[in-house]
Amino acid sequence: MSHAVAEAPVSISRAKKAKPVLSEGKRAERKLGLLLCAPAAIVMIAVTGWPIIYSIWLSLQRYDLRFPAQQTFIGFDNYVAVLSSSYWWTAFGTTMLLTVVSVAIEFVLGMALALIMHRTLVGRGLVRTVALIPYGIVTVVAAFSWYYAWTPKTGYLANLLAPDSALLTERLPSLGIIVLAEVWKTTPFMALLLMAGLALVPEDLLKAAAMDGANAWQRFTKVMVPVMKPAILVALLFRTLDAFRIFDNIFVLTNGAQDTSSVSMQTYNNLIKGLNLGIGSTMAVLIFITVAIMAYIFIKIFGAAAPGSDQGGQR
Amino acid sequence: MVMGGAVTTGRKIRWGLTDILVLVFALVPVLWVVSLSFKTKETLTDGNFIPQAWTFQNYADIFATTEFVRALVNSIGIAIIATVIAVVLGTMAAYAIARLDFPGKQLLVGLSLLIAMFPQVSLVTPLFNIERQLGLFDTWQGLILPYITFALPLSIYTLSAFFREIPWELEKAAKMDGATPAQAFRKVIAPLAAPGVFTTAILVFILCWNDFLFAISLTSTEASRTVPAALSFFTGSSQFEDPTGTISAAAVVITIPIIVFVLFFQRRIVAGLTSGAVKG
Repeated sequence: MSHAVAEAPVSISRAKKAKPVLSEGKRAERKLGLLLCAPAAIVMIAVTGWPIIYSIWLSLQRYDLRFPAQQTFIGFDNYVAVLSSSYWWTAFGTTMLLTVVSVAIEFVLGMALALIMHRTLVGRGLVRTVALIPYGIVTVVAAFSWYYAWTPKTGYLANLLAPDSALLTERLPSLGIIVLAEVWKTTPFMALLLMAGLALVPEDLLKAAAMDGANAWQRFTKVMVPVMKPAILVALLFRTLDAFRIFDNIFVLTNGAQDTSSVSMQTYNNLIKGLNLGIGSTMAVLIFITVAIMAYIFIKIFGAAAPGSDQGGQR
Repeated sequence: MVMGGAVTTGRKIRWGLTDILVLVFALVPVLWVVSLSFKTKETLTDGNFIPQAWTFQNYADIFATTEFVRALVNSIGIAIIATVIAVVLGTMAAYAIARLDFPGKQLLVGLSLLIAMFPQVSLVTPLFNIERQLGLFDTWQGLILPYITFALPLSIYTLSAFFREIPWELEKAAKMDGATPAQAFRKVIAPLAAPGVFTTAILVFILCWNDFLFAISLTSTEASRTVPAALSFFTGSSQFEDPTGTISAAAVVITIPIIVFVLFFQRRIVAGLTSGAVKG
């Protein structure tokens, strides 16, 4: 995203040539810029900023919609309650596990798919078209497909691979199926992001490396991966944060049974089933903080290549 | 494109086989739902991948219920309205980001990035209560608002990537040739910008169409429940009937628009996603 901003040649060169003192036209340009951005910025802040502040406030209250009269300020008691609950930590662990495993598999498969889509000699259009289907399809629809595939008797996969057991009623197989559903759905997206990086690898460089005797694996690790680093970072960052929010697949596949619940499921259950706004908000804040920390770590590790870091800026 | 060596038949066959692997991987789960939706009640649980007996009954059943038809109307209406608003606001902001120099530009880019990474579930609890108090709970607006919000970063990034590719000098040239600013915009810039806007609209529509978390948390009745949320409440035509067939039929119906987009606009969608990704 940062490069993008840096790559606005037309406006930049014009901006550069402008006199240091704000001219009439320059001021008009600033005003127009702010005006055009204002509606988008206002909507984004109003729908996310305000609720997150509100949920911090709610998280400090005892607030159960079944007993609204008992609403009081209780400080950090909700946090103590959530953080000392084994349900929360089980869900947290499950979510982390699902995130790490599915993103790792997606990365490998996504890279393979990206290479296929980028290099295949036959049917490139067809492969790209078909690969977009999992990306576009509604997650709930895909989840139902996997659910019925693994339902005893009904499902082709259940009959084929495990005719005598109900895998979706056991913890580890359930988690495996959830990972499978996640991987199927999001590998194409990962692959597209990586393919964008592949397109940046200069063909001459690969040819030169081949000439110097580098084999395919060396060309991949020594030439392609370094050039693709920014794209890899973006893909991993977005998919990791996205995987951490996992909800739809678990909701349909197991509904959180056998400790397969994610933190998002827990939050939802506390709100809709428990009608407990205090606890629900506490979890919302904790998830928000976790995601913020994860994003921060990512950007720290990968440094300047991170999206949104002000590398280059516009001038 | 190909490195080291000519395009031999052997290579082609190997690529062909790889391609087939991808096709199977991507299509089997979709075909499975299609197959389930055409199975008769008797063959529904036989576990065959291809139906032994075909029927349209499941489709007839879902279109006979207001539960599904209403949800479909909600899904279409909400997704279209949210898409239009998000694309219009996104176009304005992206134009400013791509072409104008103004303070706070980086801030807006950063804000969009934050929202793209924002955990939606963190909004569910507070929005639930805010919308209840404002009377937006279980209304179209109540879903459209969060959809616009989460569609805006996508639309701003994709559009500003597209807008940067437009040769804006043409606008000046047209004006020099005597076109009015309105004409220059309508005849020169709009046709160049339209493909990007259209692609963004598709991506945003897919995003809104796909949502489940908000749809199930911020609605409580048929008034605004969208299809993904309604699916999880399906019970079949009587309460004790197995809903597998009807759920599958409904799932196929809401998959059709996606298949159409993908088939007709594959190139654009790939371009949109990748341009927003590397540059965005």
